[in-house]
Amino acid sequence: MILQYATPVALAATGETIGQKSGVIYIGLEGSMLAGAFFAMLAAQSTGSPWIGLVAGIAAGLLLALLFGWFTIRRGIDQVVVGTAINLLALGVTGTIYRTQFGKSGTLLSVAKLPPVFGKIDAVEILLLLSAIGLTWVLQKSALGLALRATGEYPKAAEAAGFSVARLRFIGVACSGIFAGLAGAYLSLGISGSFAENMTAGRGFVAIAMVTFGRWKPMWVLAAALLIGFAESLQFTLQAAGVQAPYQLLIALPYLVALTVLVVVGRGTVAPAALAEPYVKGD
Amino acid sequence: MNGFLRFGLLLAGLIVVLLLTLAAFQLPIVDSVKLIFDGAFSDKFAWSRSAVKMTPLLLTGLGMVIAWRAGVYNIGGEGQFVVGAIFGAAVGKGLIGANAAAIPGGSLLILVVCAIGGALWAWIAGWLYVRRGVEVVISTILLNFIAIQLLGFAVSGPLQEQKRQVPQTDLLPDSLMLARFDRQTDVHLGTVLALVMAVVLTIFLYRTVAGYRLRLVGDNPKVARVNYIDPGRVQLSAMALSGAMCGLAGGVEYLGLVGQLGTTFPQQWGFLGIPVALLGGLNPMLTAGAAFFFGALFAGTENLARFTPAGTTIVYVIQATAVLAYVGLSGLKKARPKPEEETESTPS
Repeated sequence: MILQYATPVALAATGETIGQKSGVIYIGLEGSMLAGAFFAMLAAQSTGSPWIGLVAGIAAGLLLALLFGWFTIRRGIDQVVVGTAINLLALGVTGTIYRTQFGKSGTLLSVAKLPPVFGKIDAVEILLLLSAIGLTWVLQKSALGLALRATGEYPKAAEAAGFSVARLRFIGVACSGIFAGLAGAYLSLGISGSFAENMTAGRGFVAIAMVTFGRWKPMWVLAAALLIGFAESLQFTLQAAGVQAPYQLLIALPYLVALTVLVVVGRGTVAPAALAEPYVKGD
Repeated sequence: MNGFLRFGLLLAGLIVVLLLTLAAFQLPIVDSVKLIFDGAFSDKFAWSRSAVKMTPLLLTGLGMVIAWRAGVYNIGGEGQFVVGAIFGAAVGKGLIGANAAAIPGGSLLILVVCAIGGALWAWIAGWLYVRRGVEVVISTILLNFIAIQLLGFAVSGPLQEQKRQVPQTDLLPDSLMLARFDRQTDVHLGTVLALVMAVVLTIFLYRTVAGYRLRLVGDNPKVARVNYIDPGRVQLSAMALSGAMCGLAGGVEYLGLVGQLGTTFPQQWGFLGIPVALLGGLNPMLTAGAAFFFGALFAGTENLARFTPAGTTIVYVIQATAVLAYVGLSGLKKARPKPEEETESTPS
């Protein structure tokens, strides 16, 4: 239950960690998730297979991320500007197609959900746990991980060492997009079995916040996302039990903790030094 | 000054994007444009709806202009909007409780407090940026979430209505609401206030020393530093002013339109101010033009939604496409200033 709540945010946050490590803060994460959720549902509905849906969701998330990459990495345009536009684009496109295809509301779409693999755990949840471990290894131990981190810390050095900053950052952004697309697809196919306008409801931004909270380490980011899932499910448990608790403060707690950490230690040495800075070759 | 030319180009570009968007979704172009136009301009009710939608867009857009011109990419307008309104609602509750709702200047007091609330919220992110080197993007995202939860807590706790049934505040008495020009329409004094603010901000940015410094810091912090201008201080003030404008937007929405706060109060105006400001070229008067266009488009597409399945969501597509086209064409690639470099040498 907690794992299911936490999975979309955790997946998106895991991908975003890789992107941020390469120096790109993908603000369009929310948009990639929403596009993933919508196109996964659309594909699953027309083919009847949730697996094809998952692939379509990933493709949609990736496509938006690559569009973001083209503007920010190739053209050096500010990441915040392009990311904001990507979010609006996804919100507008999915909302408009949804309304024109399926009517304003009313018609409840339902598609086949992902089947569980062991007990109640499904394939995406297993993939999440494996990828957090795998990505920790890639980032810390592999040559690619080292190069990725170097681009996020000091792109000039990476370029001087013979790596292409643009290519590495594209890899980082692509990871963000793929995981966000999968996260969105899981939201529509794994959890609700349906789609609603703006169904991600800020989860992409939660994921970005969790990357900060998890101090840019995949395992910690995963733990942070699970904590958020726990806080959210606790809210429903408390409400169901009729406990009069200011649960809003409970939900705000992880963000408050993340903010307090920033106030106390600041950017620190954990955050990639070149985060959100456009890199122009030979500048 | 080729202001008219730029305004014309902006408008022409936006209309082209509108037509392309309608075509992309296979909507009947002529009929759709007519429905949108009717919804935005056909009679006084339509004009009023356009103006009411324009107002928060313009105020949050102006807020973005101030921060972004100083090189601080504030995306926390949403949180500042909400916190401003919460501050205002606290004063509103106090005035009602003290039976002082009819005092002259009550609404002015609330608006000022809203601006202060927004400024404080933005100041946190500005302080983190200037003194701790934390990206404003990251801190404002966190602050937006905290603001939303704070609103939920406030309207179901300390600021909840006296009946304590629904998570919302008590409806403000008419004496505290902003004046309306016509009993039949919703357009209120806040619209005028927003337009006045656009003029004030133009004068500030282009006719005062402080405004010049702010633009200089945003354009080139190194030159600013050489000229004994502390970029950090300027950016911190810019962030606070930006938050004040967004807080004011929250206050105007509260006192001008809704009269009470509930969990549905945030309508993304804080986020939507960003594309508005960008398309206005971060210039206050052009931002007013962009805000009017999108305000009218929101009103128009609500009318479109009555007759076709498509609706306000196409406004987002138009905003996104227009922003991408704009930055893609004009190449907004100016390197942005880094946070204060002194932070490394002076731990505080």
